Amino acid sequence: MKEVQYYGAGFPYRPLNEVPGKLIVLEGTDAVGRSTQVQMLRHWLEEEGYAVSDTGLRRGQLCGPGLDEAKQGHTLGPRTLSLFYATDFADRLENQILPALKAGFIVLSDRYFYSIMARDVVRGADPTWSRNVYGFALVPNLTLYLRADVPTLISRIVHGRGFNYWEAGMDIRCADNLYDSFCVYQSKLIEQFDRMAAEYNFVTIDATHSVQSVNDDLRRNIRALFVQEKV
Amino acid sequence: MLRPGSYKGKLIVVEGIDGSGKSTQVDLLYKWLLSQGKSVYFTEWNSSELVKSTTRLGKQEKMFTPTTFSLLQATDFSDRWENYMLPMLRAGVIVLADRYAFTAFARDVARGVDREWVRSLYSFATQPDLTLYFQVPLDIAVERITGARAKIKYYEAGMDLGLSDNKVTSFRLFQQRIINEYENMIPEFGLTLMDGTLPVLDLQKRMRAIVKKALHGWDGLPNPLAPVRRSAKPQVTAVKVVEGGDKA
Repeated sequence: MKEVQYYGAGFPYRPLNEVPGKLIVLEGTDAVGRSTQVQMLRHWLEEEGYAVSDTGLRRGQLCGPGLDEAKQGHTLGPRTLSLFYATDFADRLENQILPALKAGFIVLSDRYFYSIMARDVVRGADPTWSRNVYGFALVPNLTLYLRADVPTLISRIVHGRGFNYWEAGMDIRCADNLYDSFCVYQSKLIEQFDRMAAEYNFVTIDATHSVQSVNDDLRRNIRALFVQEKV
Repeated sequence: MLRPGSYKGKLIVVEGIDGSGKSTQVDLLYKWLLSQGKSVYFTEWNSSELVKSTTRLGKQEKMFTPTTFSLLQATDFSDRWENYMLPMLRAGVIVLADRYAFTAFARDVARGVDREWVRSLYSFATQPDLTLYFQVPLDIAVERITGARAKIKYYEAGMDLGLSDNKVTSFRLFQQRIINEYENMIPEFGLTLMDGTLPVLDLQKRMRAIVKKALHGWDGLPNPLAPVRRSAKPQVTAVKVVEGGDKA
């Protein structure tokens, strides 16, 4: 077991030296194929005999209803929204992720606070302030960053769920139509992720390949982690 | 450290534990400033509509951890800061705040979160022009709280910390931790001490003198609803007119 590490002070009132579980994060922009990969990895890990808990950017119990309510009509400032999301993330980290890690689960997290931070910074949040806010966050054992360029994302969107308001960043109106706004917004997000990749030791996975080939790549990295940490 | 403000207005804050008398005093100060023809905006801790339902849910279901409690109150503060406090200060208004970031610095740390972390959360807020800290011995505060109210609430008593099964005992232990944090902040943020044991009228006189000095030579935003001849008009009427106008 490896000692639990936090980006900042963590939860000082909740001393935690080590946990038997592993936190594996899949990051990347919208339409990069994260959810599909998480599902495939879950099946694989369970077949191998590991207990898996998957958690995503779904809302937690505490803030879920309030966040939905707040996004409808209220004059939410960007910093206020950042803090509300951070509250939600802390709730899920303390009440879902940490207990699962303590119980020895492999936690596959479909996104982590990096996504929230990328979103916030693109919307004008101070990057240093954002990083301090997430000082309570646990350092994952492995962060796999699925990276694809904008043209690849576009072809997935067109042949998948179609363009939508939020994924196109229309709330900050990057352009006057969904397509152009999507291109600008997703490029800005990729720029943020690329920056974080070095800072937070992401393993960058080329997500422009086929689903199976990307999955093989992910498995290789997870196996390497298990060998390295003797799981 | 909080950053210095760049605005025409004045930010005046009252701080202190529950039962220190700060709310009574700031209410009297508010009415006096209005009667003096000032433009004044009053704001209270944890009063944003935005997070109200989440706070209620968290309290009812006892879902808060020290971190989520701290972050949600910072969300509440940020909403009031972005939408009310900062615009009012930029407009040249006197903003009176019943509790400010110092409440988080005291209470959240008493709950166990990291001192530096909670300070960094509020680093977007500015250092007030005047912060009046109401000091009162714990016994007097406890007596005021238990005497006036039917019941101390769960989080108010710090019951989530498991300090004691008895609410009053827990309340005392929790409030003492908060006092310790406040005491450390006196030099850190230059808090002005107010003796919360003084009779209400005496304390109000002191408070007005301090505020008057702080506002000396300063002209804020004119108040169009201010009484024309202050001295001749009954103060209560003046207050009512402006309060009605404020809510509209």
